[in-house]
Amino acid sequence: MSKGRFGIHGGQYIPETLMNAVIELEEAYNKYRDDPQFNAELTALFNDYAGRPSRLYYAEKLTKALGGAKIYLKREDLNHTGAHKINNVLGQALLAKKMGKTRLIAETGAGQHGVATATAAALMGMECVVFMGEEDTRRQALNVYRMKLLGADVIAVKDGTATLKDAVSATFREWTSRIADTHYCLGSVMGPHPFPTIVRDFQAVISKEIKQQMLEKEGRLPDAVMACVGGGSNAIGSFYHFIEDRSVRLIGCEAAGRGIDTFETAATINTGRLGIFHGMKSYFCQDEYGQIAPVYSISAGLDYPGIGPEHAYLHDSGRAEYVAVTDDEAVNAFEYLAKTEGIIPAIESAHAVAHAMKIAPEMDKDKIIVITISGRGDKDCAAIARYRGENIYE
Amino acid sequence: MSNIRKAFENDKAFIPFITCGDPDLGTTGEIVREMAKNGASLIELGIPFSDPTAEGPVIQDANIRALSAGTTTDKVFELVKELRKDITIPLVFMTYANVVFSYGTEKFLDNCVSAGIDGIILPDVPFEEKADFAPACKAHGIDLISMIAPTSEQRIEMIAKEAEGFVYIVSSLGVTGVRSEIKTDIASITAAVRKYTDTPCAIGFGISTPEQAAKMAALSDGAIVGSAIVKLIAKHGKDAAPVVGEYVRSMTAALE
Repeated sequence: MSKGRFGIHGGQYIPETLMNAVIELEEAYNKYRDDPQFNAELTALFNDYAGRPSRLYYAEKLTKALGGAKIYLKREDLNHTGAHKINNVLGQALLAKKMGKTRLIAETGAGQHGVATATAAALMGMECVVFMGEEDTRRQALNVYRMKLLGADVIAVKDGTATLKDAVSATFREWTSRIADTHYCLGSVMGPHPFPTIVRDFQAVISKEIKQQMLEKEGRLPDAVMACVGGGSNAIGSFYHFIEDRSVRLIGCEAAGRGIDTFETAATINTGRLGIFHGMKSYFCQDEYGQIAPVYSISAGLDYPGIGPEHAYLHDSGRAEYVAVTDDEAVNAFEYLAKTEGIIPAIESAHAVAHAMKIAPEMDKDKIIVITISGRGDKDCAAIARYRGENIYE
Repeated sequence: MSNIRKAFENDKAFIPFITCGDPDLGTTGEIVREMAKNGASLIELGIPFSDPTAEGPVIQDANIRALSAGTTTDKVFELVKELRKDITIPLVFMTYANVVFSYGTEKFLDNCVSAGIDGIILPDVPFEEKADFAPACKAHGIDLISMIAPTSEQRIEMIAKEAEGFVYIVSSLGVTGVRSEIKTDIASITAAVRKYTDTPCAIGFGISTPEQAAKMAALSDGAIVGSAIVKLIAKHGKDAAPVVGEYVRSMTAALE
């Protein structure tokens, strides 16, 4: 079996032109991952620049309103740039800098990863180009402006469905044509090895903190950890340090869009099957001939036809559960959390909140759930208003 | 000797590429016959894929046109069977890993054998991931074509040593598409490949003019042309066959 496997998933299914680039990246990562100096620099960036550790907040009103399990929120929305994406980006940008790269390229769906990459590029004095599906540049116009403000070039990708998968393809194509000075700062736990491992390691700070904070507050581990899953970076970050703790249920919440019985869905585990795409073997939404499906979700960040290979493995092994949450349920949760806790979550994160709203009332009051709020919802307000039939200007 | 190597026995090989089903499979059949009639040594038949990540805009669009026209892998097999009634030059499939994997690799290769396909090119399957396909290809007598890029460097040895059919040398960085100039030191790449294998080498990516083809073939055993042909098909649609035939004749003439 080739490198970077999670069970049968993962691997390096990319053109020969890029092979030496990913090998060079792997070698650099192996050199720096346990380097005290590198880790000290990264920790300083996490703490002083991104505002870590993020809070683990006991959502007392939400807990009482749902009347079941005790609910904690892991507040990744409070990070600088407003989402968990900054964790991975600071790690990769620092690594790229050590490798002598001067230019970062990235794909983005909701725009959070693009904004984070543009931010790190500005901070570290690197050039930055972000590829974003044209459809998403409309859905997330504010984030396009933020990236430009931060000095990045934003390229609207018109190919295919003009969403996240096409942005990923366009970024791979760009990397194929310019490798020497350019690092592809991939935003999720997907793509060819070593990306799923690198991104997971940089995001694993989430579960490391949850564990410490939970032990401080409750003196025990939670009963369930929940997060939304597109490619799956905030989910794997939230799960990682609990994988060996078998008592902790790990629940990934996929975007069902208009429902898993419709074609307008992005729920990969629930509707996809095994395939090879974007550098990895994993589950993908596809037709009988292996053509990648034009997936749909109200959430631009979850609107992706695949899932990271480690999630595919956690699903195969039964260690994690993957449930599907519809647009309607996510929008309800978005509004519900705003009203009960005064916290507006990203529409992506609202998928996890929605599932918690289903299971928390069924659980005993002495059980504990942690929901990762992967990002803040400011970027989504205009789209949710439109969903509710109200036209507002951003 | 594999059928593919026969394409390189005499002159320099000219290898045209076409996306099957663009604009429809009937036209693809006509174009393939015109290519063969005008001296093509081997033809690369693209099975369309929704997200062809190694392609530039020209071939991406061809993939979309072909899929929109209802092209499927099964229909492409039917086309090849029909072509094999009179086409004798080697035919290879060029497609993406998921098209083969999702169809079922064994079943796909069974159908390749019964249709008369000689090899397959999977640009998103590098040497490290060959194990998914290579043993099954070997068992079916289908050559799995290896690619070598300007960035391959120290990887050339391991790739060349296991090369079958022909070695596909990628002329330059980037995706497929016409280039005004190819700056890579192709001669040293071919020399490095030839140190480890006697499998013929053909150069592709960016070649469009007879002059470029002659220059690239002089440095190797043949030239591969895709986007320039697909552009003609995009322009002429159902009437593309004679135009492509003419183009192929000008290219093969340049290699004589």
